[in-house]
Amino acid sequence: MSYEFLQQYWWFLVSLLGAILVFLLFVQGGNSLLFSVGQTDEERRLLVNSTGRKWEFTFTTLVTFGGAFFASFPLFYSTSFGGAYWLWMIILFSFVLQAVSYEFQNKLGNFLGTRTFQWFLVINGIVGPLLLGGAVATFFNGSNFIVEKNNLVTGPTPIISSWANASHGLDALLDPWNLVLAFAVFFLARVLGLLYFINNVNDEAIRSRSRRQLVTASAPFVLLFVAFLLRTLLKSGFAADPATGVISMEPMKYLNNLVTMWYVAAALVVGIVLVLVGIVRTIVSKTYIKGIWPTGIGVVITVCSLLLCAGWNDTAYYPSTADLQSSLTIANSCSSEFTLRTMAIVSIFIPFVLAYIFYAWHSIDKKKIDKKEIAQDEAY
Amino acid sequence: MTNILMNVDAAAIDWARAQFALTAIYHWLFVPLTLGLAVIMGIMETCYYRTRSAFWRDTARFWQRLFGVNFAMGVATGIILEFEFGTNWSNYSWFVGDIFGAPLAIEGIVAFFMESTFVAVMFFGWKKVSAGFHLAATWLTGIGATLSAWWILVANSWMQYPVGCTFNPDTMRNEMTSFVDVALSPMAVDKFCHTVTSAWIIGALFTVAVSCYYLMRRRHQAMAIESIKIGGIVGLVASLLAAFTGDGSAYSVAKTQPMKLAAMEALYDGGQSQSLTAIALINPFAQPDYAAGGEPPMRIGIPKMLSLLATRDADGFVPGVNDLLNGGYTLPNGETALSVDEKIRQGQAAILGLKEYRELKAKERADGLTTAEAQRRDELSKDLQANMRYFGYGYLKDKSEAVPFIPVCFYAFRIMVGLGMLFILFFAVVLFFAYRKDLARTRWIHLAGLALLPLGYIASESGWIVAEMGRQPWAIQDMMPTWVGVSDIGSANVMVTFFIFLALFTTLLAVEINILCKQIKKGPETSEG
Repeated sequence: MSYEFLQQYWWFLVSLLGAILVFLLFVQGGNSLLFSVGQTDEERRLLVNSTGRKWEFTFTTLVTFGGAFFASFPLFYSTSFGGAYWLWMIILFSFVLQAVSYEFQNKLGNFLGTRTFQWFLVINGIVGPLLLGGAVATFFNGSNFIVEKNNLVTGPTPIISSWANASHGLDALLDPWNLVLAFAVFFLARVLGLLYFINNVNDEAIRSRSRRQLVTASAPFVLLFVAFLLRTLLKSGFAADPATGVISMEPMKYLNNLVTMWYVAAALVVGIVLVLVGIVRTIVSKTYIKGIWPTGIGVVITVCSLLLCAGWNDTAYYPSTADLQSSLTIANSCSSEFTLRTMAIVSIFIPFVLAYIFYAWHSIDKKKIDKKEIAQDEAY
Repeated sequence: MTNILMNVDAAAIDWARAQFALTAIYHWLFVPLTLGLAVIMGIMETCYYRTRSAFWRDTARFWQRLFGVNFAMGVATGIILEFEFGTNWSNYSWFVGDIFGAPLAIEGIVAFFMESTFVAVMFFGWKKVSAGFHLAATWLTGIGATLSAWWILVANSWMQYPVGCTFNPDTMRNEMTSFVDVALSPMAVDKFCHTVTSAWIIGALFTVAVSCYYLMRRRHQAMAIESIKIGGIVGLVASLLAAFTGDGSAYSVAKTQPMKLAAMEALYDGGQSQSLTAIALINPFAQPDYAAGGEPPMRIGIPKMLSLLATRDADGFVPGVNDLLNGGYTLPNGETALSVDEKIRQGQAAILGLKEYRELKAKERADGLTTAEAQRRDELSKDLQANMRYFGYGYLKDKSEAVPFIPVCFYAFRIMVGLGMLFILFFAVVLFFAYRKDLARTRWIHLAGLALLPLGYIASESGWIVAEMGRQPWAIQDMMPTWVGVSDIGSANVMVTFFIFLALFTTLLAVEINILCKQIKKGPETSEG
């Protein structure tokens, strides 16, 4: 395994983790609709218990995504988290609120009341996907940072990564195209949440309400996603010279990437088709409840393809609009060959982890959740 | 050179440290109970699996419910720590991310998924999976949590004792050279054993305290007695192991962080045959005048004990703060110890050498180097490797900055050790009464059981205070002081997030405690059998 191969391999793994995370945002998407899909206290409890069986996977994937990025691309970890401070902090605050909301909301002694924690879930359900989508959009549109490694020995301060404005990441939300992807991810999370409810909750009222909501969530998602995709493919992108590492703007860089990496383009098309198949079949057929699977798998493939398009083929995946040459590429931001190789060995564990997650998930989900189940003491 | 680092906002450093301390301290309120209760409820469910008695099933489920409430807070407070290295310590994250990131990623891949997958089976699977699978899920939840502790303690130990790495002047960072050295560092092994066994003590104290409450109220007495027996055994074994591993930890500290040991002992002037300070009177709010030498007032020492513990030789030499600052004594390897001033000089030479090296490399990329310049570049590269050992010292302005705040280390260490000894005694007495006397009627033990629970948390947090305050001023021992590791964020931003965390975690802690109290008051639910 050459150093170059390891760099590409780790970008693939990080992209895959990011893609799985976007799929798992069905928990957030579902929670954002808690009060519109769930009309009574009992129905809301049903929904909370439905996403409550899965929230830990989303949470753990987010944490692992952070850890994997730290280990494989530490310069991204240090530059983005330390620079876009508020963007990440708000995301984290919303996940902190979520983490306790399931366990606490219906427990005796919860002096903040059930509603408070349900609203925490709604807040996380809206803020999480929205800001994560905005953060991912900066991979294509750029962020306002400067990296100067010599600062450690020559600078006015020793800090090598700095944000070029005082908003510390919130400026990402001033770019309309970042907002387009942010809202696309937000509506996607809702689509996934609804498909999940349709599959997981054995309750006619919730299923029919979810089907109705699916139409209103899918339309803006498709519209915003297609707009973002077309604009990204046609706009100039951030190209890196593999010999010198110099970054320059290249017209239609991301389209060129897909042409060069035809296999990524093919995967992207397959992913998008699967996403649409799951949505359309669920809308058309009143008895079809398995839409979460084609759409979910499609989301993983689509997002992974987009992230590969952002990083592979000598592209700066975390471009800087403040100083083009500070932009991060896979090659200039990755860990050493030794660390990437060591971590590549660790990555052998991933299929085992996925296998036991699948087995445990299957064991718990053999029977769909219903009102009878939440009457038992094991429920949240 | 002199103006480097003077421009880092001092308040930003203080707030970043305060925020990390706050979030870590909060996180550590929940983690030890998770680790400790995991063992205890695992034993209880094993009893159920072997006997299939409804009693053990109800008992295991009762403790699992309490575990669940606490677990949620552990998860909520933990996510912040994972990302805080990046958000508040970005320079640190780049400088050592090549080494430090790996254990965090492995923790996620190997441990967190195990924990989160099987905790769901444990909570929701009682009627959905077989008894064997459920028991396995309960133990795997605990194993996942313990593995998670292993990797985060590997990361922490590396900050205390950086091994298995080398500095790469071309990438301006430290890079891993041996994963085995990092993952199995003796410091990590000691720290893991000591921390996990101390966490089991918290689990045991919690079990005994809750059970004592039931005995006082004369409710659920059978469950309380059996729980006390299991908690007491786990607690006694854990507190004995914690004492043993604590000795190993202190020995590690003596070898690798002698300044921390000197601060823990308030040992200003070292020497041979040093006594261990049992107690002394030190102003808790001011750094003592260690430079004046002598010993703290009203000191009572145990003869030769410090030398024995720190060097395994009753007559061994233990350096004090002034010895470490001024150097000149003979190290165990026969070399003469350098003074901190000399280390600062070497560190500054490394920084200046690195600066020149980078300039030459930039010139090489742009225009190429003359033969003399290329020779100079190679010389610098060689010198750097020699001077990098004390790179971090180059950022110190004065040798006094190398001394941690002694009173906090001194008192926190004594609180931890003193309470640790008390726990050994307590668990031994509890077990004696549980097996030989009528524990249900021994009210003073019930009261003691309740009183010791908060003391357990104080001891546990004190241990971390010793470990982390004793490491100051270093983010990474000898390599990077805290003020070089921070992010470029104005202090106002960090101050705001500090208070948000404070308000959020405090509110949620209050809710958790209230829920736990109500759950305990409600007691175990009787199943259909």
